Amino acid sequence: MNKRSFLLGLSIIAAVLLPFLPLLLWSVSNQWFYPALLPQQFGLRSWQYILSTAGQQITEGLVQSTSLALVTTCCSLTVALPAARALGLYCFPGKKAIGLFLLLPIIVPPLCVSMGYHLWFIRLGLAETFAGVVMAHLTFCLPYTIFVLWGVFTDYDPDFEHQARSLGASPIQVLVNVTLPMILPGICIAALFSFLLSWSQYLSTLIIGGGRLLTLPILLFALMDSGDRPVAAAVSLVFVLPALFALLVNAHFLGRQGMTGVR
Amino acid sequence: MFAPVTEDAARTRTIETAHLLLLLAPALLIILLLFGGGLLLGSLQALGSQPFTEKSIFTFAHFIAVLTDPDFATSFAMTMYIATVSTLVAVLASVALAISLVRCAAANRILHFFLQIPLTVPHLVIAISLLFLLAPTGILSRLCSFLGMTAGAASFPLLINDTYAIGILLTYIWKEIPFITFMILAVLKNSGPELDDAGRTLRANAWQRFYHITLPLIAPSLGAAGFIVFAFTFGAFEVPYLLGRTYPMVLPVWAYKNYADIDLMARPEGIAIGLIIAAIVICSLLLSQGLMQIARRQREYPG
Repeated sequence: MNKRSFLLGLSIIAAVLLPFLPLLLWSVSNQWFYPALLPQQFGLRSWQYILSTAGQQITEGLVQSTSLALVTTCCSLTVALPAARALGLYCFPGKKAIGLFLLLPIIVPPLCVSMGYHLWFIRLGLAETFAGVVMAHLTFCLPYTIFVLWGVFTDYDPDFEHQARSLGASPIQVLVNVTLPMILPGICIAALFSFLLSWSQYLSTLIIGGGRLLTLPILLFALMDSGDRPVAAAVSLVFVLPALFALLVNAHFLGRQGMTGVR
Repeated sequence: MFAPVTEDAARTRTIETAHLLLLLAPALLIILLLFGGGLLLGSLQALGSQPFTEKSIFTFAHFIAVLTDPDFATSFAMTMYIATVSTLVAVLASVALAISLVRCAAANRILHFFLQIPLTVPHLVIAISLLFLLAPTGILSRLCSFLGMTAGAASFPLLINDTYAIGILLTYIWKEIPFITFMILAVLKNSGPELDDAGRTLRANAWQRFYHITLPLIAPSLGAAGFIVFAFTFGAFEVPYLLGRTYPMVLPVWAYKNYADIDLMARPEGIAIGLIIAAIVICSLLLSQGLMQIARRQREYPG
């Protein structure tokens, strides 16, 4: 590696890691008055607090956020796979309009839509329920999943399936042994994509969940209002960890292909 | 605008209409019901209907109240400023970054891993971190006072809840640069260095090679990524809520404030602001599509 690319790499790593510094420092400070550059007293008060006193609440937040994101992702994948297959493999009249319509929720902010159907959800008994919030998240996770998988299916060759069929494989066998392994990297990216979107969602969870579904972002917002910086910093780190873990696992399995298209 | 570029193989394949409908129906149904239904019900409420009651009056009063509010123009300007500036800076930086990454560090796995980290960090977390870093009593202010550059918290420039929304812009730029960079990088890697080398043999200088070879190549993905970022920053709530000023409020914060107001009469106005945000984003999509079409024609038939 030459000197120029070394400097480029170093500055990228520094820029990426810099925002973690305040969170780490605040989470291990027991006392840190202005204008001290470093905490006057290091300690694990905030970590003890979120592990013991508020432990149950944080664990429930983690479980709530994770299960919401997982269920949303599974629903997104199940519905998006056939749609993306149709869009990626075939040409048909009205394809442009259908594609645009399916992807439109990517650019229209979730806020506009969730305020619209809130009243309807209350009427149907879906407000303040797990299923209702899954549906709210699905409104924008599904289009993103279709977006990623559409690209995957344009590069996919369905002739492999025909060959497997002519060799006597059943449709289920074709799906499990041919189709899924071929598009697995794309599915992983789409899944991670949808998981992260649901995981970091705040406003639509608040509107439809009505404060009854205490996900991590909702807890974190409440903590910021209370002004306890060390605890907010520690919870922020807890909030980042699962996603970082998912990235590590994905990086391991996908190699250099990475997460193109994920935000 | 989002459709993948290569579609030649798709033209030759055939599929029965019934089978096609079966594949598309679940997705279409869900989007139609949730997204279309949400927008429709929102519009009805913003137009004065009160669903599930008898007291419905058709009226534009809520839209008129919002649009004639003296704060609307300043809120709109603030929202537009944040979305435009953060998108432009992120787009320019991403193009530079993607090109240098392709040239000097294309195969570097560690660098790619680090660049992916911001993609996984929720906007809320990075906003909190920048609050701790840039606030008047934040770490940067402490550092400046430690180095004797400022006399204390009061003489440190305002970077959070400030007029120019520096904190909000930095949050978005940190978060969106990797997203746009990876979108362009995918195209650049697929095309390989051959075209650039051909330009070099024909003695095109670096700027000519960028303008005539690289830019047309990345334009579709760059446009799509840039637009997604613009639309997101235009309609996002968390970051401006935490790091923005109380006046002027950005449109999404204003919309939610009205929607969550104790006065239920403010609710339709909140929904109206939400619909105005949606309309602005959809209009900018059509506008940017049109502009890209004109730019393409200009390139093909200059003059």
